[in-house]
Amino acid sequence: MSSPHQIQLTVNGKTQQLSVRPWVSLLDALRHHLHLHGTKKGCDHGQCGACTVICDGERVLSCLNLAVMKDGSEITTIEGLGQPGNLHPLQEAFLEHDAYQCGYCTPGQICSGVALIEEGHATTREEVKELMSGNLCRCGANTNIIDAIMAVKDGAHE
Amino acid sequence: MSQSTLPQPKPEIGRPRRRIVGEQKVTGTATYAAEYAPENLLHGYVVNAKITKGRITGIEERAAREVEGVVEIMHHLRRPKMGYFDMQYSDIDAPPGSPFRVFYDANVQFNEQPIALVLADTFEAARYAASLIEVSYEEDPFDVDLHKNLDKARKPKEGIDSILKPMPPDDYGDFDRAFGEAAATYEGEVYHRSQHHNPLEMHATTTVYEGKGKVTVYDKTQGTTNSQMYVSSALGLKMSDVRVIAPFVGGGFGSGLRPQYQVLLSVMAALYLKRNVRVQLDREQMYTFGHRPETLQRVRFGASADGKLTAVSHEAYAETSRFEDYHETVVNHAGVLYPVENVHLDYQLVPLDRFTPLDMRAPGGLTGVLAVETAMDQLADRLQMDPLEFRLKNYAERDQSTGKPFSSKELRACYSQAAERFGWDQRKPTGQHPRRGNRLVGHGMASGIWDAIMLPAKATARLTTEGKLLIQCALNDCGQGAYTVMSQIAADELGLPFEDVTFEYADSKLDASPVQGGSFTTGVVGSAVKAACFALKDKIFHLAQILDGFPLGDALLPDVTFTGGEIVLHADPSVRIPFTEIIAFNKGKALEVSKTNIPNPIKLKRYTRNSHAASFVEVEVDAQLGVVYLTRAVTAVAAGRIMNTQTARSQILGGMVWGISMALREETLLDHNMGKFMNTNLAEYHVPVHADIGELDVIFVEEKDDIVNELGVKGLGEIGTISMAPAIANAIFNATGKVVTQFPFKLGDL
Repeated sequence: MSSPHQIQLTVNGKTQQLSVRPWVSLLDALRHHLHLHGTKKGCDHGQCGACTVICDGERVLSCLNLAVMKDGSEITTIEGLGQPGNLHPLQEAFLEHDAYQCGYCTPGQICSGVALIEEGHATTREEVKELMSGNLCRCGANTNIIDAIMAVKDGAHE
Repeated sequence: MSQSTLPQPKPEIGRPRRRIVGEQKVTGTATYAAEYAPENLLHGYVVNAKITKGRITGIEERAAREVEGVVEIMHHLRRPKMGYFDMQYSDIDAPPGSPFRVFYDANVQFNEQPIALVLADTFEAARYAASLIEVSYEEDPFDVDLHKNLDKARKPKEGIDSILKPMPPDDYGDFDRAFGEAAATYEGEVYHRSQHHNPLEMHATTTVYEGKGKVTVYDKTQGTTNSQMYVSSALGLKMSDVRVIAPFVGGGFGSGLRPQYQVLLSVMAALYLKRNVRVQLDREQMYTFGHRPETLQRVRFGASADGKLTAVSHEAYAETSRFEDYHETVVNHAGVLYPVENVHLDYQLVPLDRFTPLDMRAPGGLTGVLAVETAMDQLADRLQMDPLEFRLKNYAERDQSTGKPFSSKELRACYSQAAERFGWDQRKPTGQHPRRGNRLVGHGMASGIWDAIMLPAKATARLTTEGKLLIQCALNDCGQGAYTVMSQIAADELGLPFEDVTFEYADSKLDASPVQGGSFTTGVVGSAVKAACFALKDKIFHLAQILDGFPLGDALLPDVTFTGGEIVLHADPSVRIPFTEIIAFNKGKALEVSKTNIPNPIKLKRYTRNSHAASFVEVEVDAQLGVVYLTRAVTAVAAGRIMNTQTARSQILGGMVWGISMALREETLLDHNMGKFMNTNLAEYHVPVHADIGELDVIFVEEKDDIVNELGVKGLGEIGTISMAPAIANAIFNATGKVVTQFPFKLGDL
């Protein structure tokens, strides 16, 4: 077996040294090594979007990246966007618009939504729907999720 | 002073209220089953059989054992003692038959049956080692093809599940004569393949070994009580040695109504190794247990020239396994929705070498109403009647199939309010809507119906030493909003602000709860919570009556109001007794009452109890490619009292998305030669994405029902789904003239 690699990740502003085998995904490194369970595993195949995190300013599927590939990266997970009592505007908008039911896709939807607003490519509701379509919601909160993102994007929660 | 002039807090019931667990969900601090991280945790990875039927003749595990970090490999030859009797593997939602027993013996009964479990220090080591296990088999011939085995269809065996899922009533009237004499007839088939629940959270269980054979089990389940009973009985443990906890469940949709194999494997491994064990399935393994059954339906509907439905024949053939008779209520709905006098119904099962099907959102209702409501539109078309007019012409004022009155029925208001919001008067006959670019436009509508089920449940209410309210029940919630609604019910009953109510839930050590499903949670558990709170109120009042100086005089319970944490005397509102004073009088001790709410079956049996809905939808169909776009939809729902208008709306929106999925997206493809499902991942198993969802609108029609339960609620989990799928099919017909007979509708079908 290959020996562990020493890598450094800056997660939610905190620099972390990790010792990981080369086959450990960024998702499992966050969940199993750093105990950041806010990032969810829904398929492990890059098909559902539940594991979306913001890596060096871009939204990425953490299950499709090996942790060793992200050595030196800055990562923001749902825990870094806001905490109970100190919510990010999009987290607040998700509460206001009831943009979640079971809550399992929610961290991925929010990370994806925050990055989408930052990217600035989507202006219309149709474009937001299209560019959020990598994040599945099985409960069917879709219209409420888009409502929440539109509200923040258009400044209602700034 | 009359009661009405007293300061009344705004009632909690009927208002929008954010979910009490919302902040945890949006910050990633909600903990799901695979996220409990006890010390020295072992990770389990399941190995599944690669044959469909036969016996395991050997398991070569040497290579797997050499993987660094592998601790043990378990299978039918290496496991703790298991129960001998079928009954030990039964659960609250089990159909008649012999439930599947994971790792019981060498027999393989279905493709991808779990046959071994690798336990290792890391998830990656367990997964890798699992790939190195070589299993040899002796294969038997098998058959998984529904269509080829229709000649083997037979009536389902009946069990206790028939109480919740009634079999079809006997035929009534004379269908053959009426159909023969009908001025307009429609004969058709409706077919859909198996479908899988695919909650976004994959099934997982983390078991904490507490020592001396005791375990704490964090399970993905829709019933903590159900999982506790199943695990303890299958492994011969004392109920009190198994505690199941499941506060957050990442979607269920029925997949957690029966305890799935990961829970038994996790507990078996924890007991065998005396260690903490987590078993999480992968996405592909989410296709290795229950699913919505593949079902073929045949309908023959006949009507008189003036648009009266005179004859209905509805026959269905559904898959089940060789070992259990899973059945649904599929064919009963037409006779309840419409006052037709000549009815022939038949529902049969075809046993195949597959796993037993399982309730999946709106089980049976979605399947059956799809056939009924698409047939209604075809008849309306033949009669050259507007589909809504045809349904109004055949509006049932009482349930013709049983002769019973409805406990309440505001379907007519659903039709009219949704039609108006949608602009149904703009609908044009089939093929006559002007195109939008190269897209054909169609409007469609359909009715929906679901049973309002009532069961017993128990809850505890406690007035805490701070004069606040604690309610307790083992109930758990997969995102429907039950925790919030239960707290609202309790707050109103005791006249406390919402913030002063705490709900303890999702723990099998609390009062037993039925599984969360069938749209009955709010009615069933809500009524128990209300009953417990009422009993507590009575207890508080009895102490208030004997307070020093008798401040309430000879007042009785109706002579006071509980509001803002005080008892206020109507005759003299300056007399206010804070709950804290009652606690002080009770020597500083909390007051507690447990109450089981048992519905009155005699009263309930006199009525047909249903929620109703009507959906109106617009689709655009690409004339060249056949792609269907759902542009907008309105669903009106009559489901009794609406408890929380915000979460209720979300429930219906979710149901509508499931209707879109049934009509246009999801199915699991089975290879009949291999006996194996083929599209077992979320790239090939299609569910709607954000871009697939048009504008959705929800209307709640006012409906008062004093029969269904103490709260007058009928439930919302299923009803939003049922009318949506047939409405889309009918809109596709209106746009293209093509009758949809296979679901989901695909581009090639045009």
